[in-house]
Amino acid sequence: MSDRARVLKGLQLDGLTMAPPQVLGGVRLVPLLRDSQRDDLRLSRRVYPENFACVEVDPKTVYTSYVPHGLVANWTTDGGAVYGSQMSQAAKKKDGKSYGQFITARNMSCRGLRKMARREGKTQLRFLPLHVAMEGLLALHFGGPDIAWTEYSTAVMRSGLSPRSETVVSGDQIAGLDDALRLFEIHENQVGMLIFVSDDLASAFVVPHRDDYAALHHTLITDFYGELIWQYGFYATENRIAPEPIDVDSIDSIADLRREIDALRTRWSEMNAMMAPAMINRVYRSERVYRFKPFNLERFISDLDPSAENHIGEAIYADDGTLQYMKTYRLSSSQTRRAYLLSQLAGHDWNLELCALALGCRKNELILRLENAGFGYMLHQHVLDGARAKEKRLLS
Amino acid sequence: MQTRDELYAAQKEASEREDLILFINTCFAATGQTEYYSSRSCGQVSIDFLHRYVLANYRTVYRRVLAAGVNDFNRARMVLNLLAAGAPTDKAGRDEEGKLLSATLRGLPANRVFALFARLRKAKINNRRSRAVVRDYLRWRSNPAFDAVKYRTKVRVAARHAHLDLGREIGHFLFRLKDQKHFETPLFDSFLRAHYSKQAVYELPYSVAEGFASRHEIPRLEFLRKIEPQMTHAEKQRMQSTAERVGIEKPISDMSRTPLTKLATYVIGLPIEQRRNRVAELHDALNAAAEKALRKRPLNIGKVAAVLDRSRSTWGSRERRRRPLAVAVAVHYLLAASANEMRSFWSPSRIDDSTAVAAHDHVLLVEAGGQTDLGSPLLAAIEWQPDNIIIVSDGYENAPADAVAQIVHAYRKRLSRTHPIAFIHANPVFDPDHFSPKPLGGSLTTIGLRDAEDLGASLGFAKFASGEASQTQLETYLGKLSADLIGDSHV
Repeated sequence: MSDRARVLKGLQLDGLTMAPPQVLGGVRLVPLLRDSQRDDLRLSRRVYPENFACVEVDPKTVYTSYVPHGLVANWTTDGGAVYGSQMSQAAKKKDGKSYGQFITARNMSCRGLRKMARREGKTQLRFLPLHVAMEGLLALHFGGPDIAWTEYSTAVMRSGLSPRSETVVSGDQIAGLDDALRLFEIHENQVGMLIFVSDDLASAFVVPHRDDYAALHHTLITDFYGELIWQYGFYATENRIAPEPIDVDSIDSIADLRREIDALRTRWSEMNAMMAPAMINRVYRSERVYRFKPFNLERFISDLDPSAENHIGEAIYADDGTLQYMKTYRLSSSQTRRAYLLSQLAGHDWNLELCALALGCRKNELILRLENAGFGYMLHQHVLDGARAKEKRLLS
Repeated sequence: MQTRDELYAAQKEASEREDLILFINTCFAATGQTEYYSSRSCGQVSIDFLHRYVLANYRTVYRRVLAAGVNDFNRARMVLNLLAAGAPTDKAGRDEEGKLLSATLRGLPANRVFALFARLRKAKINNRRSRAVVRDYLRWRSNPAFDAVKYRTKVRVAARHAHLDLGREIGHFLFRLKDQKHFETPLFDSFLRAHYSKQAVYELPYSVAEGFASRHEIPRLEFLRKIEPQMTHAEKQRMQSTAERVGIEKPISDMSRTPLTKLATYVIGLPIEQRRNRVAELHDALNAAAEKALRKRPLNIGKVAAVLDRSRSTWGSRERRRRPLAVAVAVHYLLAASANEMRSFWSPSRIDDSTAVAAHDHVLLVEAGGQTDLGSPLLAAIEWQPDNIIIVSDGYENAPADAVAQIVHAYRKRLSRTHPIAFIHANPVFDPDHFSPKPLGGSLTTIGLRDAEDLGASLGFAKFASGEASQTQLETYLGKLSADLIGDSHV
């Protein structure tokens, strides 16, 4: 493991408190509050009006997606407040295509971007939220097999798994999310939010400063979410989960009443944490994407256990270990399956026999599993046909 | 030991009482407009259902609610439904309903009544009683010529629909305007001349003149300056901000004439710098309005704490801008002006940290924002040990949810022996999903509140809403109110 990668035991939301949630229909929004915030890192939004964007990851690889906006980080190295982050909000271009920070004129062209995270000045970094993490997922063992096993198709031997693609759902497709975000009442010290759809963690979002949150709150609707969350949105109904009520019998004075209400708030916080087990219980592999002193932009991916919920995401940590920015994405089960199979294959040098042995199944079964997961193009047609025929004979 | 019949009778009464409380609370709060949390169409379906249901099952109560001081929107709707339903068969009921209808119409603003008449035609309601009601109303109006000009289309629709003879001159004005060369009535004559004379435009009511002004292409600035004497009080007030924007002198509107909640809505709608600059003037105006409201209907509830919501949802909707916040501000001023000792406790906001506010403070500077944390101000209010706590909120509590209900429940159970406090929740927002203003949990009574001025009337219903009084008492109470209303209008 290089110095750029590390393993995290859960995503600790240190220094952040979870406030009681606001529930609308099937969407539960848990505000994350921070009491003391640092002023030396600020995020703001940059709108990309094009229909899609091509990002040059390295000279041979291009990442293409719908990218509604990028985030721009401004920081200071001496810990002082970021100068001008407020003014960049107010900047008005007089190009006839924009109003405030909204672009009014749309054209069909593609935006070409260089790098997921690109330094734009001494203390300015532009990166594409969630796409940093998604690119990491897509690049997982992207190169294909290192040894020329005979089962693999010539296309894979020549160019790896290119092109790899995943489908995601934009936030406005999720039933009820738009209303919930619109009606949400932002807290005073709020710097983040956990989004639950059908009481399942859809995304976590944290920014460094409360004013940044107020400005970026509505971008949650343009972010992308897992297909699973989209499905949950449809059958989610209003849910009423509440922690244990206050203990009436223990109250003998108004001070007791106040104490009990404080305890109730704590119980809400505990319950929110309990409802997001993926934040605490999972093991994450984290990898540094960009270093800008004293901060690190990292992307992380959970251990891809197909039986549990899995998240990918990106985060900015300060050198003192505090979380400054985070955005996560819940993988759908098919995405998890694909990533899991790839990581297992890579772990066994792409040897199908060994991998099948490790997974506890027959080689032919593994071949069919690969095909079902959408990796049929990796293997020669006669290998697939053979596996299918043999499995059929076994079943009959 | 209760027999089964007695049990059923008791249950029936309880459910009937619930129906009626639901309806009356709704009639105080619902306006058929978009709310922060719900859409317009959703609200209207819900209100419609409730009206039909109560009319079909409890007709006597339904008509008597007209006298209970519920809002104009619901009164107009009730009149329409009663007219559509036809007259009751028993004579006493018929008499009472007729008198209530005419008294209600006379209490409603004219524009609402004429809109109601237009709806009669659209709904194809044209029974003998509805024709008589329209006829009597138009006969009662003091200045039919003015009505005919200002509400020309609607009066014409009503007259045609109800087969009315309004007299030769008005008839010609409404139906044969183009054949006329001359009118005896000066206002009709001005209307005729305004078609070609710019000068005659300024003799007309403002809303009518506006149309002619655009026809003559009179510059807006010039028009506003010259039409000012013709503006009504409400129109002048609406014009205030526009006047400032287009750069003419603001029309002098007498703030002392504006009712409290309306004034509060106006003040809260001003930009915060303007409110700061004029704080003394606005504060005095609100105080004066509150005192005036109290002279009409005194309020005596002892030492009182108001727990007021200023979360983001109190900005209201596009149609009801800042209404919930304005009601909360108006309640503060109303209680402050009453002789009672009072203090108000505001929910925490993003902008301002102060929670407890004394009676004489400048409350009009509040801004809405942040989450609905009613628990903290309620605890502060309880510590102050008042006799009454009035909570004004839209019923959506989220930081944490259900805290108010638990605090009230715990206080009642454990602490009220040393110092009893009466809790009440007044809600200015209708929640269509639950056919009533949204309650704050089961342990305290929720009442609908239209304007802050009606706090007394709404509190009158609180004992029914809490289930202490029986249905018979409710009906007697309504009967007394309606007898008062009929008596008043026929003196």
